Amino acid sequence: MAKLNFEVEKLTGEIKIPAINPGATAHVKPNAAKEDHNTGIGFPPSRVENWETKAVEKMGELLGKYKSLRVFMDTCVRCGSCTDKCHYFIGTGDPNNMPVARQELMRKVYRRNFTPGGKLLGNLAGAEEMSENVMDQWNSYFHQCSQCRRCSVYCPYGIDTAEVSMAAREIMNSVGIGQKYCNEILGKVTTVGNNLGLQKAALANTLEFLEEDTEEETGHAVKFPLDVKGADVLLIAPSADFFSSPHIEGLTGYAKVFHEAGVSWTISSYASEFANFGMFIGSFDTMQTVAKRIRDAAQELGVKRIIVGECGHAWRVAYSFWHTLIGPWDFLDPKYQTPTHIAEFTLDLIQRGGLKLDKSANDERVVTFHDSCNVARASRMGDRPGGQFDIPREVIRSVCNNFVEMDENTIREFTYCCGGGGGLLTDELMEIRVKGVSPRAQALHEVMERKGVNTMAAICAICKAQFTKVLPEYGFDMEVVASLHQLVSDAIILGGKPGV
Amino acid sequence: MEGLTGLSIVFIALCYGAFSLFLVAFLSKVYGYAVTPSPLKIPTTPAPTTSLGVAGRMAGEVFFFTSLFKGNKWTWLGGYLFHLALAAVLLRHLRYFLDPVPLPVALMTYPGLEPGVWAGVVMIAALVYLFSRRLWVDRVKYISLFADYFILTLIGLIGLSGVLMKFVIRTDVEAVKEFTLGLATLHPVNIPPDPMFIIHLLLVLALVVYFPFSKLMHLGGIFFSPTRTQVDDCREIRHVNPWARN
Ligand code: SF4
Ligand code: SF4
Repeated sequence: MAKLNFEVEKLTGEIKIPAINPGATAHVKPNAAKEDHNTGIGFPPSRVENWETKAVEKMGELLGKYKSLRVFMDTCVRCGSCTDKCHYFIGTGDPNNMPVARQELMRKVYRRNFTPGGKLLGNLAGAEEMSENVMDQWNSYFHQCSQCRRCSVYCPYGIDTAEVSMAAREIMNSVGIGQKYCNEILGKVTTVGNNLGLQKAALANTLEFLEEDTEEETGHAVKFPLDVKGADVLLIAPSADFFSSPHIEGLTGYAKVFHEAGVSWTISSYASEFANFGMFIGSFDTMQTVAKRIRDAAQELGVKRIIVGECGHAWRVAYSFWHTLIGPWDFLDPKYQTPTHIAEFTLDLIQRGGLKLDKSANDERVVTFHDSCNVARASRMGDRPGGQFDIPREVIRSVCNNFVEMDENTIREFTYCCGGGGGLLTDELMEIRVKGVSPRAQALHEVMERKGVNTMAAICAICKAQFTKVLPEYGFDMEVVASLHQLVSDAIILGGKPGV
Repeated sequence: MEGLTGLSIVFIALCYGAFSLFLVAFLSKVYGYAVTPSPLKIPTTPAPTTSLGVAGRMAGEVFFFTSLFKGNKWTWLGGYLFHLALAAVLLRHLRYFLDPVPLPVALMTYPGLEPGVWAGVVMIAALVYLFSRRLWVDRVKYISLFADYFILTLIGLIGLSGVLMKFVIRTDVEAVKEFTLGLATLHPVNIPPDPMFIIHLLLVLALVVYFPFSKLMHLGGIFFSPTRTQVDDCREIRHVNPWARN
C-alpha cells in the first residue's frame, strides 16, 4: 500500500462532527482531462477564450433547462440543517464540504449575474464574479461531492447538492475544463462499449474462463453467454463485474440464478457496461449517448427483457432515467418491468420457490448491509417506496442466517456514501476518498466490535471498488466487502429445483 | 383624493408601489420556476408513487417541516415556532383589512388573552434564538451572510415596533384601521401621524420590497422543488425531457 501523506481517523465506532477547518482539502483536485478526452465527448479541447463569460452564459442556459437548479439557487435559507450531513465534511472538517457552502460556490456567481441584489450590491449581497480563483474552488469542491444526495434528505426544500455539482461540472466541461477520470472513461464507453476499453475477444475469454471455473467448482455447466441472439434476458452488468473481486463473485451469482431459473440470457459485447458516467458530469446528452448502446443492443439481440447487475449510480440512471433517455420500451415484453434489478429478479425467484438454498453455507459470516446512496435516495426496487432497502435485505436473510444492521442513522435513506461515488474513484483524489469513508467505517467498526460482523454486503460496483481500496487504510481486511450475489452464489444448491 | 395630507400621499404611494412591485416580482419568479422544465425524474427516494402521496409529502414539508425535523431538532424548534407565531401575527393583522372581522381573526385579539400579541412576543424570541445560533454554531456562522442577519433583524424590528405600539406607546387603533381599510378598499384616507406606526409601516414596506429578491422566495420555491414534488413512477410512466435532442 502506498504511504498516505495525511492522517487517517482512528476507529472508535462513533461518528463525530468536526470543528470547521477552512481550506483543509482545498489542495485536493482532479487531474485535468487531456485534449482528446474532452473532444472525445464533444467538449472544447482546452480552456476557451473568455471562459469566464462563457461559463456564466452556460449557467444561464442551465437555469433555463433545469427546474432543480433554478429553484435551488433561490430557495436556500442557510438554515444549516445540511451542514453536518456530508461524509466529506465529517471526514475533512473543510467548511466548503458542507453541502450549503458547496452550493454557495455556485450561488455567489449566480447572484452576481442573475439577481438585481447581486448586480447592485456585489459582495454585500454575497455575490462574486466568476474568476480564476472561483474556478479553482469549483474544481476542488465540486470534485469533492459524490452526488450522494444525503444532504437533500435533510433540507427543508429538498435542495440536492448533487444537482448543483452536476451543473457545475457541465459548466466546467463546456468551457474546456474537464476532469480526466470521467471524460477518459466516457470516451471508452462511447467507442468500445465499456469503461475499461475491454474488447470483445477479451470479454469472451473472461466469460469462458468463468464458465470453466464455475463448472470445476460446482460440477454444473453454468453458462456465461455472450451476444446470443434471441435470448430472453439481456444482462447489463458494470464492467468491474468481469474482472475484479468481489464483483466477479457477484456475476457468478447472477449466472447461477439464471441457470436455476432456466431462463436464456446473454451479455452484450456492444453494450458491456452498466455504468454511465454521463450522470456524474451532468450531461444529459452524454448520458443519453452512453445509454443508447443498451437500447440498440437489446433490439439487435431481440431480447424480451433487460435485467441489470449490482451498481448504484447506474441503477439510478437505469431506473429513473432510462425511460426518458432511451424509452419507450415498446419492443420489449410488457409483462416485465424495464429495467429489472437482479435483486428483484432473485428475490422473486426465491419467493416462488425457484431456488434451493443452503443458508448454512454462509454460516461463518455475520453480515451487515451497506445501502448505496444512489439506490437508496435516487431509485426504487419493487412496487413500494423503500423496496430498495427491503429487497436486498430480504435476499440476504434468505441466504444467510446471521444478519445485523448498522446504526440506524447510517442506513436506508440516511446511508453514508462509500466516499468514492460521483466520479471520484481515482487515485489523485485518494485523500478525499479515504477521509470520506470515515462515517461508514465508524459505523461498520461499531457492529464488528459489538455484534461480531465480519461481512459487509454491497450492491454497487463503485462501493465495492472503493471499500476494498480504502477500508484497509483504517485497518479493515478487504475481505469484509462482499457482493450481494456472492452471498447468493455461495448458498445456491445447483440443480436443486426446476426453473420457475 | 381631496383632503389628503402630503405625508399621506407619500405613504399611500409607497404602499401601493411596494405591494405592486412585490406582486410582479414574486409572480414572475414563481412563473419562472413553474415553466422551467424538469428534464429528468429526480425525487429524493423513498418517494410517493402517486400524486396523492406527493400531496401528503408536501403537506408534511409545508406544515411540519418534516425534512428539517430530520436534520436538526433545535433549528426545527426555532424555525417552527417562528413561522407559527408569524402566522398568528399575520392572522391578527387581518383585522386591519377586513370589516366585519371574521371569527378566527377576532380570536387573535380575544380580550384579556390577546393570543396575537403574545405570538408577536414568541416570534421575537424565536428570532433572537435564530440570530444567536448563527453566531454560536461554527458551521452556521461560516455559511451566514449579511443578508441572513439583515432579514432576522428587519423582521425582529417590525415585531418590536408592533409590540411597542401595543404595550408602551399606544397607537390610535381606530385611525390605523381606517387608513389600512382605506388602502384595501382603494379609497385611501389620511395616515395617522403616529411616529411608531409610521416606523412600523416603513419597515414592513422594506420587507415587502426586499422579499422577492431574497431567500424569502423559499415561500414560493418550496412548491417547485422537484426532489419533493415529483412522483416516483419512473418505470411505469415515461417522463419526457422537452429539450432532449433525440
Ligand atoms: S438544508 Fe437546505 S436550506 Fe438549509 S442550509 Fe442546507 S441547502 Fe440551505
Ligand atoms: S450530495 Fe453527498 S457528497 Fe455532495 S454535498 Fe450532498 S452529502 Fe455531500
